[in-house]
Amino acid sequence: MHSQAEAIVTSRAFGYDQKLRRLAAVADNALPYPALSPLAAEALEARVICDMYEGNRPYTPRYVLPDYAKALRQGVAYLELEPPTTLDDALSFLTILYSQVPSVTTYPVYLGDLDALLEPFVPSDLPDAELDAKLRRFWIQLDRMLPDAFVHANVGPSDGRVVRSIWRVERSLRQVVPNLTLKVSPQTPDDLIADAVRTVFETGKPHFVNHPMMVADHGTEYAVVSCYNSLKVRGGAHSLVRLNLKEAVARHVGDADSFCVEALPHWVELTAELGEARIRSLVEEQGFFESNFLATEGLVELDRFSLMFGIFGLAECVHELMAREGRPDARYGHDERANAVAHQVVRRVAELVGERPLPYCGGGGGFAYLHSQSGIDLDLDTTAGTRIPVGDEPGMLEHIEVSAPVHELFAAGISDIFHVDDTVKRNPEAMVDVIRGALAVGMRDFTFNLDSNEFIRITGYLVRKSDLVGLEEHGARHSSDYLAATAEINHTVTTRAIKRVIAAELSPK
Amino acid sequence: MTLATPVAGLVTDVIEFSAVDGPGNRFVVFTQGCNFNCVACHNPYTINPCIDCGLCVDTCPSGALGLDASGHITWDAATCSGSDVCIATCPYDSTPKARAMAVDALLGRIRRAAPFLSGVTVSGGEATQQAGFVRDLFAAVKAELPGLTCFVDSNGAAPVSTWDLLDPVMDAAMIDLKCLDDGIHRRLVQASNAEVLESIRLLAGRGKLHEVRLLLMPGQNDSDDLLARTGAWLASMDPRMRVKVIGFRHHGVRPSAVPLLEPSAEQREHYADVLRRESDFELVVV
Repeated sequence: MHSQAEAIVTSRAFGYDQKLRRLAAVADNALPYPALSPLAAEALEARVICDMYEGNRPYTPRYVLPDYAKALRQGVAYLELEPPTTLDDALSFLTILYSQVPSVTTYPVYLGDLDALLEPFVPSDLPDAELDAKLRRFWIQLDRMLPDAFVHANVGPSDGRVVRSIWRVERSLRQVVPNLTLKVSPQTPDDLIADAVRTVFETGKPHFVNHPMMVADHGTEYAVVSCYNSLKVRGGAHSLVRLNLKEAVARHVGDADSFCVEALPHWVELTAELGEARIRSLVEEQGFFESNFLATEGLVELDRFSLMFGIFGLAECVHELMAREGRPDARYGHDERANAVAHQVVRRVAELVGERPLPYCGGGGGFAYLHSQSGIDLDLDTTAGTRIPVGDEPGMLEHIEVSAPVHELFAAGISDIFHVDDTVKRNPEAMVDVIRGALAVGMRDFTFNLDSNEFIRITGYLVRKSDLVGLEEHGARHSSDYLAATAEINHTVTTRAIKRVIAAELSPK
Repeated sequence: MTLATPVAGLVTDVIEFSAVDGPGNRFVVFTQGCNFNCVACHNPYTINPCIDCGLCVDTCPSGALGLDASGHITWDAATCSGSDVCIATCPYDSTPKARAMAVDALLGRIRRAAPFLSGVTVSGGEATQQAGFVRDLFAAVKAELPGLTCFVDSNGAAPVSTWDLLDPVMDAAMIDLKCLDDGIHRRLVQASNAEVLESIRLLAGRGKLHEVRLLLMPGQNDSDDLLARTGAWLASMDPRMRVKVIGFRHHGVRPSAVPLLEPSAEQREHYADVLRRESDFELVVV
């Protein structure tokens, strides 16, 4: 602990604020871990199961989604804020509130459904240019004060003046923050989607998500936060635990059927145990929901939280199982049997997670939400979530056909990133067709990026390529850039057929 | 007009998703065989049908080509490495990989891609050289997937009777105009432009002209005077016509007796400026 702290305070690559946050993490990790069974502790040590290095003693839920609409209506007593009545007051109100919203990244991962929140404050006689100027100031504030690519705002599924202004501001500023999601329903106008597609061409944002599918899982009050995690508003996720399917299959002798019948129940139980220990520690020991103003003022409710249960390394797991069938060349994404095994494993995990009750998980009806976990910078030789390995993706139609069938199982988010070449820039409507089709055939999230883009998605978050140069020597302003730099090297994402971001937090390195 | 057996097409290839062959995302069928022989052709291997000479069978690095008992070239798609050595070998501007495809087989692939499409485009080669196939394919698409639009991408060298045949099932065409001046056209294409001009006039009149493409080569067909005359002629049919200005690129083009240059970005913008002076076109510069 002493040497870790020394390394942090003497670093030339961290800013003051970044040192402070890292020192806090060192202190957290000096505390004893919540009690685990010997089997779970051993699995955690071997990183077959993983706690995302959230810290030994959770004192905030991982992801917190405050009910900003309620806050704007009733004010916030803790912050001595009255309900705002003008657009300027509303923007100021939100900026102040963001500074007090905790998460595992230490920054707020959810900024609200900004178009719905702000539209009522926009006077009908306010010219577009003035609306843009106000939002532009707000946007710059967000990027400079909350310098983390996991800071995420939602817009849509309806059209409006605010969402249109946001696209204009995004294209002119080209910032990393905030990450953005457009909720897309069959009623969302094509022209609004096309405007968002043009914004992707410039900034790599937004993600496009399946609004009807999300509403079916979470109700109308949901949001996409951090990289692509879908959760209940006025709720969130206590923690994210994940199971490394590559490591799990390496510890099993036998074929796909026996892996599903014998091995998966064991590992799913240990992962759930890890999650339960962390939830009990957060709720019962650290008492977040008894003391934090967001809970005491009703801006979050404990029974709208749950645990995120992540899986990753599906591709390597499937390839190993195919080798055991005597077909080492059968690749996930290309071979019918390999795809079937992938879906079998995922469906089995979903089934097991749906049978394991967890305390304080009312958001998921008493169970964890499944999540296709896209990786962190330390994942070497292990493919993010349920993705097809980088660089080995089939053509886009086949890629969608292989990915889509399991998207509905991942209530807390899944993402496959699609790469398109620059010719589509002259024809954004072609992307509108693809997005509509992808959501119609059952994809939860559609994220794409251009070859040539200055912005790249590492696993779920964005970085600017130019920000990665010279990072070791000079430091970076966005904390997520550190994760990106190592993820970049480990995942060779810049050479893959598709550029897609990951979600990462504090790395133990 | 329905035939008992739909006409099969001689197809070079298909692309499931294309963003560059008409409005929105499109399924594209490339037909083999063309009635022009342009110096600037970007895919010259689509010009002629294969004559089964067998030269490519010897050079194929993956053993995917062979000759069957009747002397026809066979191609095994599964073995093919995609090196295109066969196309480089062929002295006759053809490919051994074009194959007859039935409308049903194509329709199956279109059906699969349909949720993601605005429509289907038949390109080439020259689509109108296989007008019966195009008509039958479009009729089948219209019958089963009425939400999809059916476009033809053509060099315009087709008689009125061909456009009449396609008219009931074709939503629009995109026509290449190599040059308004017939003398230059003959030099660049080895054929007259009379039919092309007539096709543009006819399709514009019917409201079935999606766009006209101008492939411009410095020193060949890009003089200000010629472009201005071209603009004025197009504007006389539709002052808001969608015109795509395409700068010549060497990629894929055969060695040529005529020295061909690529226009710079500034030159391409200049072409657009010259056209803009003639009319308020919907201009796309590529």
